[in-house]
Amino acid sequence: MTSLPKTPPKKKLGLVIDLDICVGCHACAVNCKEWNTGGHSAPLTDMNPYGAKPKGVWFNRIHSFEAHDEETGQSRTVHFPKSCLHCDDAPCVTVCPTGASYKREEDGIVLVNADICIGCKLCSWACPYGAREYDEDEGVMKKCTLCIDRIYNENIEEEKRAPACVTTCPAGARHFGDLNDPNTTVSKIVKARGGMDLMPEQGTKPVNKYLPPRPKAADQKTTAPRMLRYEDESTDGAGLLARWVDKLLS
Amino acid sequence: MSLNPFETVKEHVDLAVRSADEVKTTTCYMCACRCGIKVHLKEGKVRYIEGNPDHPVNKGILCAKGSAGIMNHNSPARLKKPLLRVGKRGEGKFKEIEWDEALALATNWLADVRQRDPSKLAFFTGRDQSQSFTGLWASQYGTRNFAAHGGFCSVNMAAAGLYTLGGAFWEFGEPDWERTKYFMMFGVAEDHDSNPIKAGIGQMKTRENAKFVSINPSRSGYSAVADEWVGIRPGTDGLFVFALIHELLRAEKIDFASLARYTNAPWLVVQNPGSENDGLFVRDGEGNPLIYDVREGHLRNALDADITPAMAGRYELPSGGEAVPAFELLARRYMAPEYAPEAVAEKTGVSADVIKRLAAELADVAFEQEIVIDQPWTDAWGRRHDKMIGRPVSFHAMRGISAHSNGFHTCRAIHILQALLGSVDVPGGWRNKAPFPKPAPPGPRPAGKKVAPNTPLDGSPLGMPYGPEDLLVDEKGEPLRIDKAYSWEHPLSAHGLMHMVIRNAWAGDPHEIDVLFMYMANMSWNSSMNTKGTMDYLTDTHADGSYKIPKIIYSDAYDSEMVAYADLILPDTTYLERYDCISLLDRPISSAHGPADAIRHPVVKPDRDVRPFQDVLLDLGVRLKLPAFVAQDGKAKFPGGYSDYMANHERAPGLGPLAGWRGKNGESEGRGEPNPNQIDRYIENGAFWQHHFPADQQYFKAVNQSYLDYAQMMGWIPDNKPIIHQLYSEPMQKFRLAAQGHGPHQPPERHRERVATYFDPLPIWYQPFEEDFLENEDEYPLHALTQRPMHMYHSWGSQNAWLRQITTWNRLFIHHEIGKQLDLQDDDWVWVDSRNGRIKVQVKLVWGVNKQTVWTWNAIGKRKKAWGLSEDAPEATKGFLLNHLIDELLPSREGAKRYSNSDPVTGQAAWFDLRVKISKCAPQEAGESAPQFDPIPPVPEAFPSPKILRYGKDMAATPEGTAVEPTEWVAHKSEVAQALDKDRAKGERS
Repeated sequence: MTSLPKTPPKKKLGLVIDLDICVGCHACAVNCKEWNTGGHSAPLTDMNPYGAKPKGVWFNRIHSFEAHDEETGQSRTVHFPKSCLHCDDAPCVTVCPTGASYKREEDGIVLVNADICIGCKLCSWACPYGAREYDEDEGVMKKCTLCIDRIYNENIEEEKRAPACVTTCPAGARHFGDLNDPNTTVSKIVKARGGMDLMPEQGTKPVNKYLPPRPKAADQKTTAPRMLRYEDESTDGAGLLARWVDKLLS
Repeated sequence: MSLNPFETVKEHVDLAVRSADEVKTTTCYMCACRCGIKVHLKEGKVRYIEGNPDHPVNKGILCAKGSAGIMNHNSPARLKKPLLRVGKRGEGKFKEIEWDEALALATNWLADVRQRDPSKLAFFTGRDQSQSFTGLWASQYGTRNFAAHGGFCSVNMAAAGLYTLGGAFWEFGEPDWERTKYFMMFGVAEDHDSNPIKAGIGQMKTRENAKFVSINPSRSGYSAVADEWVGIRPGTDGLFVFALIHELLRAEKIDFASLARYTNAPWLVVQNPGSENDGLFVRDGEGNPLIYDVREGHLRNALDADITPAMAGRYELPSGGEAVPAFELLARRYMAPEYAPEAVAEKTGVSADVIKRLAAELADVAFEQEIVIDQPWTDAWGRRHDKMIGRPVSFHAMRGISAHSNGFHTCRAIHILQALLGSVDVPGGWRNKAPFPKPAPPGPRPAGKKVAPNTPLDGSPLGMPYGPEDLLVDEKGEPLRIDKAYSWEHPLSAHGLMHMVIRNAWAGDPHEIDVLFMYMANMSWNSSMNTKGTMDYLTDTHADGSYKIPKIIYSDAYDSEMVAYADLILPDTTYLERYDCISLLDRPISSAHGPADAIRHPVVKPDRDVRPFQDVLLDLGVRLKLPAFVAQDGKAKFPGGYSDYMANHERAPGLGPLAGWRGKNGESEGRGEPNPNQIDRYIENGAFWQHHFPADQQYFKAVNQSYLDYAQMMGWIPDNKPIIHQLYSEPMQKFRLAAQGHGPHQPPERHRERVATYFDPLPIWYQPFEEDFLENEDEYPLHALTQRPMHMYHSWGSQNAWLRQITTWNRLFIHHEIGKQLDLQDDDWVWVDSRNGRIKVQVKLVWGVNKQTVWTWNAIGKRKKAWGLSEDAPEATKGFLLNHLIDELLPSREGAKRYSNSDPVTGQAAWFDLRVKISKCAPQEAGESAPQFDPIPPVPEAFPSPKILRYGKDMAATPEGTAVEPTEWVAHKSEVAQALDKDRAKGERS
């Protein structure tokens, strides 16, 4: 219904998220919320904020879960931040009946034009990642803009000119850049660390990439490089003590 | 605009916009981390808060709490006006009064007490970040009954560190994140220094040449990203550390040279059992400790430069008797078979193989991968070293060690492990942050032996005892302080015992009080053990109907559960509306690279009738005529309020709360006369001051002459002599000797055995008290812990519209195997029983937890209608506190008087000693947590809690300027480059 750009965007701006060092602190989600609630898609409405079922619009959410292997008994805890992945083949765009949901030719960012969004929610059904956020109060769909009002904004100093989730991340688990250009640092990180698409079988070709956790000690048969050897086999170390009496230290 | 109906309307996006009218820089107060923030303001409202890239603590990053500051600042739970209780205490019925009336009433109560007996005031200040000021106020008032919340937080870490290294973990030290190759973290630690730790872990892991090991019963938070998680059984970390030490000693993987130079390991200890000097250091006529010089064959001053000290052997003393080096005592103890890995495996839940491997890894990194920096430095004996050599293993520990009744000794054990590996304040190791290290222990000693009407104390109520003579006890050896701090029950209680104040005041044990004055401490809820009991203590009356705690003054910014239990409420501002001082006299924000301090200043004006607590305290100080706050003419010495005090108060000539821009024209650092423009200079500089140590002062600070000279100039240490690490603690032995009957200061009989047992000069391990009292472990088979979620700070998070959406209620995390045994699924309801009570909660099954341990998030559970939340808010209906299960007293032994549920050395609250059992609820019991209490009505004229929050809707940005090309943003740039380089090199080779 709505077309993707006829020529693929020259730039594919997106995020690289390092699952090896994400500690699940929610800083990215909250800083995103506070920037964007006054930003391009303002407000990020919160329904019933002090009541029984507080429910607000968030462009970024952290899912913490455990992966467990019944066979080996091994498990790990994963903190998984998730926001719009700005897919090359974004089903949320092609499903949109009004053209409100669109992918920018300039940089590949997927946006919603709130003026013509009719709140039909087809896009949220089409998105396999659940990355769309419906604002009940305003009756329109909202989503991650990749902080489009920050990344080109000359009024923001260069060291902060990136999505809010990226600049605030305490662990440094988030990078931002052009993932179309193999020479950017972000592309090189993705290559070096085996960066992955989320649910590639969906064919959405996400721009955002996830860096998988590095192997844990528990997953490997680890031994120390040099195991320790007792210098004295007596059970109370008497021989050692005797030797230490004459040890010359200065 | 196109009118063609067949063409999609193209959105115009403004890429260059101005989103704020003004950006002001100040300091965060959403937790104790104290990051620098930039507050964006739009039409006088807070539009956005971000980390300040220039700030030494956070360097631009900001956590979830800090990012949610807008919602605390606008919380509907904000108090609006002074309140006077009109109903019964605990009912929550108040009337609004004017500040004049409130201050007159407070002055009346406080002046009356001060002229009768100032110690009838108990002044305790919670999560106060102005303790050097509030402590001064208490001292000027003349009460010894003062502390902040350290006694129930982390005094075990502070005391153990300060008595051993003269520095501490907490936020007072940090791993050398850039260089460390092996980082071992003990316990839950997602608080204090939280952003620097997250950044450090990320930086270290990005380098790809370091290992992060987490010793923690729970695999949440940082432990989830650890390269190795060791799910230890709570309270057994001491045994685990002893086993590591055992391995290192027996394999001789010890930095002997470092021990000989920088620690008291070679100091000779008198071996004369039964005598008054047994276990004390051998000293010469001038009090210098002695060593046996192996080369010269006689005893010598341990502090001389060119010594060759013996580390073992027995040596005859000229005065008769024998002595051995402290190291021999240490080595004998930890090489004993009881601390072999095999011997501790079962108790700790860590296999001998894992312990042995970890010990070998530590040894390998420390001794085979040493770091050499080409940086000459000179030690305190004038010896020039042409290089700085580091052993790149580092450690951090916090609440998980602290909150056990054996925490002091366990923390000392970790410090001893660091010292044995030679990794204290070396490249790649753990480093002190200014103003630490200080002498171990640092002065001064606690004041308050004498209290007199209308008279200030002769010092600060909090200090460090050097021996029994420094205790605050009466002639019978009984406690003088309301919390029994500095008594024989817990002699080194350097931060007081806030958790015992209300109970003791109620019981009149050791004495009654007239006024309880508290600041931001939610004592009737999540900040007390035995919450229901505490509510009862606060409301209990004598036969004549008068309250056992006669008057309660409370200051807080928010309508917490505690408000309902006070008689007079002095409403505080939010952190964006006030001046504050993050001082080197207090809990500074320094890093290992150099000292720093900071201020807060009002970036927005309050929209209600509230006053900053520090201004109120100054005002009361003038009304009460406390000398430090009154000028000669009887008027206010600091008429400009707290900011005036921050700039002009002098602790000693030239030394004040702020170190930056001192001197009339701001020309000096550290020392200098007050500068009338000092606060402006801070604001111009982003609200902080920072000094970078030159390269030769960066490491070995305890014995680095250049550093010591600077530290003395800054007033951090009394002289520039070397600070020797006290592995063997002589102050501990002095208490033990007293307990054995020596010396003029004797404990009451009933405390003798306890003091003799727990004041061992070398670390010991003992079963946490709660467990030790169990006749049968199966009665309460599980350990129960709490952790603070990274996105909340104690009770403050739930009033925050954003943060409460992340965690709206808490569940009890239990291991899948326990779940299987009890036939439990996620979200089932269970009863949790302890010897103190029972609670009803929902469970969540997890794998990443020690099988004998259950845990939950701290302080999510709320009382109905508190904190601006609706009555049906899940925080109240499903959320819960473990506090109900924790008794503030230990059971009685053979009918003896009960001790507090605390560490016997420091009085640290033993929150994590808790043992519980769980059982499945009957189906009809499910649905609501227990216990439940009556809702607390909101205060009069409370802000309404909106049903829909559209924050930011009226803050549209205006187009301005032109769009620029986006540039990539890479975190940990140099570490990423290093890793990519390595990767490229690998590619080229293959």
